[in-house]
Amino acid sequence: MALRDIHGAEIDTLLARYAQRRSAVLPLLYIAQDTYGHLTDDAVREVAEIIGMPATDVFEVVGFYSLYYTKPMGKWVLQVCDDVPCCFCGAEELITALEQALGLRAHGETTRDGMFTLERVKCVAACNKAPVLQANLDYIYNLTADKADELLNELRRRADSGEQLSVSGRAATV
Amino acid sequence: MPPLTEHIVLRDLDIPNIRDFDVYLQHGGYEAFRSAVTEKTPAEIIGMVKDAGLRGRGGAGFPTGVKWGFLPKDVFPRYLLCNCDESEPGTFNNHQIIDRNPHQLIEGIALSAYAVECHTAYIYIRGEFAAAARTLDAAIQNAYAKGFLGKNILGTGYDLDVFVHRGAGAYICGEETALMESLEGKIGQPRLKPPFPAVAGLYAKPTIINNVETLANVPMIIGKGVQWYRQFGTEKSPGTKAFSLSGHVNNPGNYELPFGLPLRELIYAPEYGGGMRGDRPVKIVIPGGASAPWLTADKLDITLDYEGVAAAGSMLGSGAVIVLDETVSAVELAYKMDEFFKHESCGKCTPCREGTWYLTKVLHRVSTGHGHANDIPLLHDVYNQMAGNCFCLLGESAVSPIRSALKLFPEEFEAAIRNGTPRQAPRLAIPLVAVAAD
Ligand SMILES: Cc1cc2nc3c(=O)[nH]c(=O)nc-3n(C[C@H](O)[C@H](O)[C@H](O)COP(=O)(O)O)c2cc1C
Ligand code: SF4
Ligand code: FES
Repeated sequence: MALRDIHGAEIDTLLARYAQRRSAVLPLLYIAQDTYGHLTDDAVREVAEIIGMPATDVFEVVGFYSLYYTKPMGKWVLQVCDDVPCCFCGAEELITALEQALGLRAHGETTRDGMFTLERVKCVAACNKAPVLQANLDYIYNLTADKADELLNELRRRADSGEQLSVSGRAATV
Repeated sequence: MPPLTEHIVLRDLDIPNIRDFDVYLQHGGYEAFRSAVTEKTPAEIIGMVKDAGLRGRGGAGFPTGVKWGFLPKDVFPRYLLCNCDESEPGTFNNHQIIDRNPHQLIEGIALSAYAVECHTAYIYIRGEFAAAARTLDAAIQNAYAKGFLGKNILGTGYDLDVFVHRGAGAYICGEETALMESLEGKIGQPRLKPPFPAVAGLYAKPTIINNVETLANVPMIIGKGVQWYRQFGTEKSPGTKAFSLSGHVNNPGNYELPFGLPLRELIYAPEYGGGMRGDRPVKIVIPGGASAPWLTADKLDITLDYEGVAAAGSMLGSGAVIVLDETVSAVELAYKMDEFFKHESCGKCTPCREGTWYLTKVLHRVSTGHGHANDIPLLHDVYNQMAGNCFCLLGESAVSPIRSALKLFPEEFEAAIRNGTPRQAPRLAIPLVAVAAD
């Protein structure tokens, strides 16, 4: 099913917000990313078509911003802040613990079962609650390395229970 | 200066649940906006903001009312943009304002939009603030439902729409012209100035852009008056600042202080930072976000206002105060900071794109014990070629960490190169389990 068929109303609302249609490219890419799991070439072309902008320009946008994914991601994208000051407040220990628990490196690698992708990211504006990570853009604060296993189990349980997940953060809660 | 009896922006600390619309209304919410649209002219609002001496909290400290006055007469439509890209390491007060006091921001946007006579405002919020974007969406819906937004607001004939626009992960989109490019559906690369946004901004129309904290101040200025506001802070930096205090203090967090209190008080007072963890001494303070030159422990008596921090050779910037103790190596810190700038460089100009890459590469080898004999002059050489040559302030800011580190702690660089021993290298830990890539 095409994006228009599933999200037509939302897409029209978004397009109506701006004096120029291409302003809606970021929100539309989020919708496409959630619908197809990641931004395939076809998904990007579809967004270009809906907006009526050159596909090359949309590919350029996808490449520029860090929250668009062009390869399959885990059900949960874990993004650990390794910036200053987090890196001096336990973030490195947390990353090591997650790497060991998941058996991969925090360079955007995904577990074989497709459950988790682990990345390092720059400051996520929660430095007072270091170490911190975002799981599908939901914040997990004060996550010291010893709590890593518990978090992974909880996230696995939530995914297995059939909860609606969104790597674009469209399901993020406060 | 009277003590701060109530908060101006972090009012969630005084009023529990102010994030609920009803609670916000019970505490006088939207009264300032109501009085403005029904009784005051836009020019009067601009006059009050000017008289209050409100300065932009996004980093530059530019007087807000003066900026609003730059709009060309009779050119419409105009746009108001709220900058909530908040991505500089150490800054997190916009995050708290939106999570816990979102209606005050929306009221501030409504007031400011009325003042600059615009009918469409966008809140550009960093993509990572997905939940905060929903909070704002909900707060905007509340305001529409009560007739504070939309068509013919409170029967005055004034129309205003406010939309939340989520970015998608790029610090550079906090730079005002890059933000406008991004909002126009392009990659976030800064524009040449002039023309300044007030003349040609979003869609080449006159545009005012302000930070979240700046706009959140406006309802209190209009509601309580210029005199009330000016009793806090200093003559040149009136009001308060929500400082984001982080690092090795006992109680990291956002603390709203009148401008002009000593840095020492923010770090050590029990009601603020509560001192250093383990009572270790302060080694380095970065007083205004990643771009601010570093301070050492002998500078703790400076005052926290734009002038006081500038007099010590640094800048108040975004008010992000990162405090680090002696467990941190200056080499490591410079590396991490410049790694941030390299990661976020938009790639438009060569001095920044290549310079941050080069700095990071050399700093990495020095910090991991593989420095070369001439790396110190090499580092000086690289940042000197960047300084003054970058297209925007991001590249210029990348000079600051390495210049500070070499100036304040040259012996650490010499020792790291001479001894070849890494101070700290946890990031190099190799996982014990084999890799399973996709
Ligand atoms: C690289 C860079 C990043 C910036 N990021 C932000 C930001 O996240 N938030 C912000 O309000 N201002 C940021 N600024 C400053 C803006 O360009 C602009 O000056 C500010 O939004 C104006 O609002 P104010 O007058 O209320 O401070 C940034 C500037 C630069 C050069
Ligand atoms: S200084 Fe850096 S961020 Fe700014 S335009 Fe040049 S490359 Fe882009
Ligand atoms: S440095 Fe990690 S949240 Fe700011």
